[in-house]
Amino acid sequence: MWKGRDIVDILDFSRKELEGLFHATVDFEEAKKDTSEVLRDKVMALAFFEPSTRTRMSFEASMLRLGGKTVDLGELRTSSVAKGENLADTVRMLDFYSDVIVIRHWLEGASRFAADVCIKPIINAGEGMRNHPTQTMIDLYEIWREFGKIDGLTIAAVGDIRHARSASSLLLGLSLFDVRKIFLVSPEPLRARQETKDRLRASKIEFEETKSLVGLEESLDVLYVTRVQKERYTDPAEYERVKMSYVISEDIVKRMGPDSIILHPLPRVDELGASIDKYKQARYFQQAKRGLYVRMALLESILGG
Amino acid sequence: MGMKKDELRVAKIPNGTVIDHIPRGRALHVFRILGLTGEEGHVIAILMNVESKKLGKKDLLKIEGREVDPKEAQLISLVAPEASLNIITDYKVTRKVKLYPPKVVEGLVKCQNPVCISNSELEPIIPKLEVISTKPVALRCIYCGTRMQGEEIIAHLVGK
Repeated sequence: MWKGRDIVDILDFSRKELEGLFHATVDFEEAKKDTSEVLRDKVMALAFFEPSTRTRMSFEASMLRLGGKTVDLGELRTSSVAKGENLADTVRMLDFYSDVIVIRHWLEGASRFAADVCIKPIINAGEGMRNHPTQTMIDLYEIWREFGKIDGLTIAAVGDIRHARSASSLLLGLSLFDVRKIFLVSPEPLRARQETKDRLRASKIEFEETKSLVGLEESLDVLYVTRVQKERYTDPAEYERVKMSYVISEDIVKRMGPDSIILHPLPRVDELGASIDKYKQARYFQQAKRGLYVRMALLESILGG
Repeated sequence: MGMKKDELRVAKIPNGTVIDHIPRGRALHVFRILGLTGEEGHVIAILMNVESKKLGKKDLLKIEGREVDPKEAQLISLVAPEASLNIITDYKVTRKVKLYPPKVVEGLVKCQNPVCISNSELEPIIPKLEVISTKPVALRCIYCGTRMQGEEIIAHLVGK
């Protein structure tokens, strides 16, 4: 079902396919079988046209743990991209060298285009402001693993829902499930994109846009936090003011239910202080750790067998 | 008298194209899509808001001595879905083509998203927009997913 498949957009997948991936991921998480050689002799190419720490390293670690190898396009300033080579030529070359190509790019649609150019499968590792399908698979897996389901849950996405691709992508992913309600908590200029809201409406998902989290805490199962990005504001004073109203305080966490969870795609800055880490609800590091297993399961399903 | 209302207003053309069943108020958009200015020397008749059994009111464009190529026909179908092209030879309709928006518009309309890969001048890429709805016409970039509909499409095609 997944073999040789491109991973470009979370909406390219059905709920059933995602649940299949979750079950496969459990096997990796619980180390049910020896998978240290399953991708032996396979090569993964990493082509990151934008900075990344977690995504890049977890893809690389996943491949190494499965017995495969990686080649890396490396720093852009030292690669031929700096000489003006286009994406098409760059990925065409990687298509010869490797069995799967992982791409992060600032241009939207870059991975779909790369998939047109290449024979080998393309994995979108984050692009522009809309798509980050593997992060969404990780976020959905964390929710599914914690609650045993995604249906029926109440979820709040907080922060920059307009520009943060992890948030946009997650909302699209949630539209594949039967969630109870989604709260979109953000300042007005950072509200969810129209196409995201259209998708939620078309999927008959109840959602509410609001500026404040206050009063919602108790009703939430999942609080998904993203950073309010400084570069989105031209007035630094306005940024400072807005930023403070989307910081998750200890008071907010204390009002959340004991079984609720806080997720964050990381890196975090001020919006989620280290003081929150001690609470039971703080699951973002576990989420990042499980991300490794999700990517292992994903690589195995695309390349294995 | 046995004459239709339209014929009372505008004489028949000997050769050329009649674009019929244009939604009311859109004849000038079609005029601009065809790149016409009126200075080309063609006899052109633009009828707007005339009675139509099918549309209630419709617009109609008659252009003498001018053909509409397939690319132009595709673009017209985006602002005037269900318009019909009547090819006129010796005062007679020799061919009638009903326009429908294509499934995918290739290389004719640019994606509106400035950070879409299809707008990158470095790449060998042709913009492709999938027609996701025909009433009203809505397009979706197959690369980045950005949508365009209604007035946005018109503004893009006729440069308003």
